[in-house]
Amino acid sequence: MDTMRDRFAPVVSRLLDEDSRVAVVLAAIGTDGFAGAARRHPGRVVDVGIREQLLVGAAAGLALTGLRPVVHTFASFLVERPFEQVKLDLGHQDAGAVLVSAAASFDWPAGGYTHMAPGDVALLDTLDGWTVHVPGHPDEAETLLRHAVAASDDKVYVRLSVQSNGRALPVDGERFLTVREGRSGVVVAVGPMLDAVLAATEGLDVTVLYATTVRPFDGAALRRATEAAGTDVVLVEPYRAGTSTAAANDALADVPHRVLGLGVGRRELRRYGQVEEHVAAHGLDARSLRERIGSFVGAAVPA
Amino acid sequence: MTDATLTHTYTYADLPGLMSLMTGDEKHGPAATSTLDVLWVLYDRVLRVSPEGRDDPGRDRFLLSKGHGPMAYYAVLAAKGFLPVEWLPGFGSYDSPLGHHPDRTLVPGAEIGSGSLGHGLPIAVGTALGLRAQGLDEPRVWTLVGDAELDEGSNHEAIAFAGPAGLDRLHTVVVDNASATYARPGGIAARFEAAGWSALTVDGRDHDALYAAFTAPHPGRPHVVVARVEPKSA
Repeated sequence: MDTMRDRFAPVVSRLLDEDSRVAVVLAAIGTDGFAGAARRHPGRVVDVGIREQLLVGAAAGLALTGLRPVVHTFASFLVERPFEQVKLDLGHQDAGAVLVSAAASFDWPAGGYTHMAPGDVALLDTLDGWTVHVPGHPDEAETLLRHAVAASDDKVYVRLSVQSNGRALPVDGERFLTVREGRSGVVVAVGPMLDAVLAATEGLDVTVLYATTVRPFDGAALRRATEAAGTDVVLVEPYRAGTSTAAANDALADVPHRVLGLGVGRRELRRYGQVEEHVAAHGLDARSLRERIGSFVGAAVPA
Repeated sequence: MTDATLTHTYTYADLPGLMSLMTGDEKHGPAATSTLDVLWVLYDRVLRVSPEGRDDPGRDRFLLSKGHGPMAYYAVLAAKGFLPVEWLPGFGSYDSPLGHHPDRTLVPGAEIGSGSLGHGLPIAVGTALGLRAQGLDEPRVWTLVGDAELDEGSNHEAIAFAGPAGLDRLHTVVVDNASATYARPGGIAARFEAAGWSALTVDGRDHDALYAAFTAPHPGRPHVVVARVEPKSA
């Protein structure tokens, strides 16, 4: 199967053809996919080289002239390295952009910690007004990229990953989907975590919600789910564990509730290897999830 | 803000009086006066922008990157009718749109908010790219940076890109009051020139010299004017 990132350049190239407001800003990464679009729209495909402060600053300038910049590189170099540019050049200047990241939390484990960004969504959570899409399948990535670019002058982050579910669901760029209904707890699976969560909760009496747009957090969907399934809530996120715990708490502020935030651990593993090995090391494989979710919701976990 | 209260034309001689209406940021006083002549010549003789046309896509853009000590900037914007003179005494107060660093969403005519150093030039690069992409070849983009501000590495990403990219609508004025750390004589212009910019160094208090440098032709290349003023420490 192709990856979300394989879809990125073709989809955004079509958007460049369709909408003269759209511009793409790159920093030496992902340029090959835009070679054709750059020939057709030379002014609206810009590669600034390995200069990530300029990447975000120039995107802000493009936005201030009325364009809709789509900005792409690895998450570490898109959100973390130029974080002040994200905060000031976009946020404080009141300029919109679509930031599209690759490499996610550990898409390239052999590349080591320098190319891992499990803290990206938590960092954006320190800022106001960001929409965050975390697709779980290449088809969903296409849909959410289109939503992101079409979202007026909003600030939107799209987190692409090689981790993916087996099939796409009809995501709408806004709401959580109910995938399974139960009576003894609610599990929110974010993006590529869905398949592992479904396997982990097989036979457990829990509701499973599927979240691909995590900011704004669909607190209304979570509240509705707790009406039948109770207020034991587990969040399973493909980035830093607990990133959405506060959002879930806010959604349930007026009812007694418990929240368990699962995701990528804080400790630096200093390991290379394969994605599956890192998934397991962070306790995000189906077997580990089953134990952790089962014990939290008090279910007797069948062997 | 087409300001009906602007009953007379302000001149350069009025600027000290306008600046004296603003108090509370004396720490940045030297930074404020260092930019005064550059700002006046730009707004009085170079920039094609007016209060009425401040949303015109074809206007020249001026991006104040060195947001420290913006009293001269506010005084010039007031003198040119972008904001009411009555706003100046409130400088820095809770209800005032005029902070010790400007906010573009609050100050009429301010193209960017600034304060954190090293942001204006990269945004100016993007502005020049955006105008070029839309076929708007007339508007010129100006940004003002301080010589010490150039210590921030983000500027050098922008300088190195803009020259080879041939952004000939992009202009930078460096107000050099010898406040940079580890500076070398002639280093500012040399760094721009090495990246393919057109560069001129002039007396930052000489209005005619500034005007000539600001309007010198620089086909195919971005242009920097180093405006030297008295050292901050002097």
